[in-house]
Amino acid sequence: MGGKVYASILGLLAPKPPFLQVIPLSGRYIPKPEDVVIGTVTDAQGTFWLLDIGAPRWAPLHMTGTPWDVQIGETEKFLRVRDSVIVRVENLDPTGRIGVTMLGAGLGKLEGGTIVNVSPARIPRVVGRGGSMIETITRHTGAQVAVGQNGRVWINGTPDAILRASEALRLIEEQGQRRGLTERVESYLISTSSSNDQGPGVAPHESAHRDAPAHSVPPVGPADERIDPDSVGPAPDEY
Amino acid sequence: MGSVGAKDIPVLLTPEGLRIDGRRLDELRPLRIQAGPLHQADGSAFVEWGANKVMAAVYGPREVHPRHLQQNHKAVIQCKYNMAAFSVDERKRPGLDRRSQEISKVIAEAFESVVFAEEFPRTSIDVYIEVLQANAGTRCAGLVAASVALADAGIPMVDLVPAVAVGKISGQIALDLKKEEDNFGEADLPMALVPQSGRLVLLQMEGHMTPDELSRALDLGVVGCKAIYEKMKQALRDRYSVDPIAAGAA
Repeated sequence: MGGKVYASILGLLAPKPPFLQVIPLSGRYIPKPEDVVIGTVTDAQGTFWLLDIGAPRWAPLHMTGTPWDVQIGETEKFLRVRDSVIVRVENLDPTGRIGVTMLGAGLGKLEGGTIVNVSPARIPRVVGRGGSMIETITRHTGAQVAVGQNGRVWINGTPDAILRASEALRLIEEQGQRRGLTERVESYLISTSSSNDQGPGVAPHESAHRDAPAHSVPPVGPADERIDPDSVGPAPDEY
Repeated sequence: MGSVGAKDIPVLLTPEGLRIDGRRLDELRPLRIQAGPLHQADGSAFVEWGANKVMAAVYGPREVHPRHLQQNHKAVIQCKYNMAAFSVDERKRPGLDRRSQEISKVIAEAFESVVFAEEFPRTSIDVYIEVLQANAGTRCAGLVAASVALADAGIPMVDLVPAVAVGKISGQIALDLKKEEDNFGEADLPMALVPQSGRLVLLQMEGHMTPDELSRALDLGVVGCKAIYEKMKQALRDRYSVDPIAAGAA
């Protein structure tokens, strides 16, 4: 407009000649194919379930997209409303329909644990460069962690592990734009673990390995695809 | 409420040109906007404007309820404006009434012309406006709050939408009426503007104005909206600003 370019969303301006990129600061999860996401069943129909993945619309998971032998009309034998699953976005159509599948490594129903919501814009920080942040959290808490690109993080482990891992996520969400975040989170986790383990006299690092850092499902895209918010100057973008 | 005789009408404008709260004719009431006070909502804003206190929350785009309102080619924008029972002197009977339905409708329509609704077919963008304390101009305060909340929710839009009411008191055109001026003045003209294009997306009027007064009122409203627009943008910047020292002095 008038030779100027205006952004339609609130975000940070990242000039990448010859383009301008606006990195969103907020907003719902907008699905991309191949994203691994965590969803909650909102409805079970005869041949499919509807999942709330935090996207603008519910995503249908068809019974053929599961590893189970589901008979028509028996979907509720496998997944019921409020169950949580980890699935992959398979296809998107222009009307916004989101097709998801449960076939693939690391996908399936989530048993136990708890789900913490963070802003989808913060997921690259939650994962960390090359998965470093996730690795830090699992190593120091012993929790099992799965990250969905839609901003949902599933944590399983001892109550203490879940508590400290979700507190670490809160830290990331609040201070996501700061530098040295991994170190901050690490020092937080060390400080809490030593105070908790004063009784039995277990050193912080031993306690972290007590639960044998269970496999952390790493549903993470190629590292170079992620945007590093650190590389972006805080240039407030205007409407 | 007793009958209002001529004697009961307060002096709205002193000979020096000051209004009952000491403002000049072209001055706004103090305005404070906070973006993102609510965590549950996708976007939110709190506005204190004079004695008005308004909270707005935005959810969506999300599934449409009720289903039959769903549009196959775009998102529907559903707005609910509500006044708290304690928002006015006499208890306001809670719930929907003709007035709040009307305001909900005009605000939703104002946003329909700025939001890129085609990007989210078959979804709904739900805007909730709660007036906690009212002192004239709540539809404008609500619109300002909702607009900041929409931006906070990351919803793509042409622009933010500032709004203000212009009115006529003691025969003079005045910006941003407060309650007494609204009650005893001669006219009230709420308006909402898209600053980048200059388009009006909301314009209502109560009372009487000559065509000349109307055009002067519109000009004054545009000036007021521009000032409000700056505060709205500042509120969004403040929400995400980082203390440079804490950030490790980039």
